[in-house]
Amino acid sequence: MKQMGKLAWALWFGYAFLYVPIALLIFYSFNESRLVTVWGGFSTKWYAELLQNDQLLGAAWLSLKVAAMSATASVVLGTVAGLALARFGRFRGRTLFGGMITAPLVMPEVITGLSLLLLFVALEQAIGWPDGRGMTTITIAHTTFTMAYVAVIIQSRLVSLDESLEEAAMDLGARPAKVFFVITLPIIAPAIVSGWLLAFTLSLDDVVVASFVSGPGSTTLPMVIFSSVKFGISPQINALATLMMVVVATGIFIASLVMARQERQRKRDEQMAVQGG
Amino acid sequence: MIDLLRRIGLWGRGVVVAIPYLWLLLFFLVPFLIVFGISLSEAMLAQPPYAPLVDWLVDEDAGTTKLQILLNLSNYLRLGGDDLYILAYLNSVKIALVTTVCCLLLGYPMAYAIARAEPSKRGPLMMLVILPFWTSFLIRIYAWIGILKANGVVDNLLQWTGMTTEPFELLYSDWAVYIGMTYCYLPFMVLPLYATLEKLDPTLLEAAADLGCRPWKAFLTVTLPLSLPGIIAGSLLVFIPSVGEFVTPELLGGPDTLMIGRVLWNEFFANRDWPVASAVAIALLLFLVVPIMVFQHVQGRQTEAGR
Repeated sequence: MKQMGKLAWALWFGYAFLYVPIALLIFYSFNESRLVTVWGGFSTKWYAELLQNDQLLGAAWLSLKVAAMSATASVVLGTVAGLALARFGRFRGRTLFGGMITAPLVMPEVITGLSLLLLFVALEQAIGWPDGRGMTTITIAHTTFTMAYVAVIIQSRLVSLDESLEEAAMDLGARPAKVFFVITLPIIAPAIVSGWLLAFTLSLDDVVVASFVSGPGSTTLPMVIFSSVKFGISPQINALATLMMVVVATGIFIASLVMARQERQRKRDEQMAVQGG
Repeated sequence: MIDLLRRIGLWGRGVVVAIPYLWLLLFFLVPFLIVFGISLSEAMLAQPPYAPLVDWLVDEDAGTTKLQILLNLSNYLRLGGDDLYILAYLNSVKIALVTTVCCLLLGYPMAYAIARAEPSKRGPLMMLVILPFWTSFLIRIYAWIGILKANGVVDNLLQWTGMTTEPFELLYSDWAVYIGMTYCYLPFMVLPLYATLEKLDPTLLEAAADLGCRPWKAFLTVTLPLSLPGIIAGSLLVFIPSVGEFVTPELLGGPDTLMIGRVLWNEFFANRDWPVASAVAIALLLFLVVPIMVFQHVQGRQTEAGR
């Protein structure tokens, strides 16, 4: 019991470490003063200034587009890859495939960024594509490193899943493609949703890879934040951070509600099936 | 007939696997080969700023065409000969190791406490660990600037309690980098630790207690060894990307916080020496090959154990 008490303290200390900086950031976003840590009264002026900052808004729009496209692409590729790893057994080149899937999870970002840029440069010299760098190259780069996360999520979900459902459908004469769309896909839907959200956030958050593979005129939101943090702090960033956190928290809250409901529904269905109802 | 259908099925599978496979070959494996190639070429003032490795020498008088391949090892010799690079590699390893240990010391008790909590509470408690990870890490690092700088939160607190009278700045030091990196990578440590600790069979601990084992000893002899795969996976998940970290040392570290990620960035963007930057990347990669292999081995074992 005493041990649990100490553990609880460790847990609360960890949570404090994670959340105090975020809380301070939100607090100071309503600060009238230009100085970040001097309280000059309550004000929402930084939010107003933020909404007039065209450079920032343009970068945010580009980032959202890239994040949506790369998350969608990486969900498609990552789901297929996860399926192959979890269900196809041994196939030729599986070791290489498995290695290429998990390596981007740990690869330092500078290496990923540099290697992709050099690929794009070499491709452009060889075949004329991609013509310059911008949204397309950032999207491809983000898809490549986020699909690893999606594949791992999907794979672990499929591994913990009972294979007999799929086998039963096969025995009843369903083709593999039909089994996938009617049986497997609905079951792994929550994992796909969380994979998409994770890929979206990772893309929205990335500054290093984007800095390498973006061209002039295509600046993403993290790149703008990075340079404004580096070259003098603007209190607008506090306001932007708060807005982003509110959006993320709301999104996660809704997603977790939806997933919890789906999970309950699935459990009910399975129980009904077992009882023969 | 069945055989034919099966063959079509296998063929279909092949096509299905081929899509992500080709994507990864083109956008993950081939880039490294290109980086390797460029690391062997010579820097020059051109667009792109490196000399081609392969050249066709056409001799019109003799009517022959010769293939010339120039390999330039001087980029690697520069890495080995310059203290800057060696120090940067050593310092990166040091910072990554300290970060990993901090994450482990902070994350293990958290993961353990969550795994011991009531099953209904585990999900929300885990969510609280992951939630900050969903918000921008740049902004979370930015939050630490306000805390660590002179006249920041920590400084004000210390002056208020009378522990210091002079302005006290933690920012722009290795300490700030440790704090910032531990903060950013903590969820990567807690997640795999929680996954192994949660699967741990509590009856093993009960058995140990029945046999007269004290809780602390039971932890050391039963829980800790059984959670080793989680410890290894978490440590590698923190250590490997930490070695090449760029953003945190750039924003929180001082000018003397030398990390290899920063060196690569500067060689590439400031000095525009693409071959040397490539050589730095290849050397870093070679350096990380063993940890990455261990990570993949652990990852594969965990997936198999999940079956």
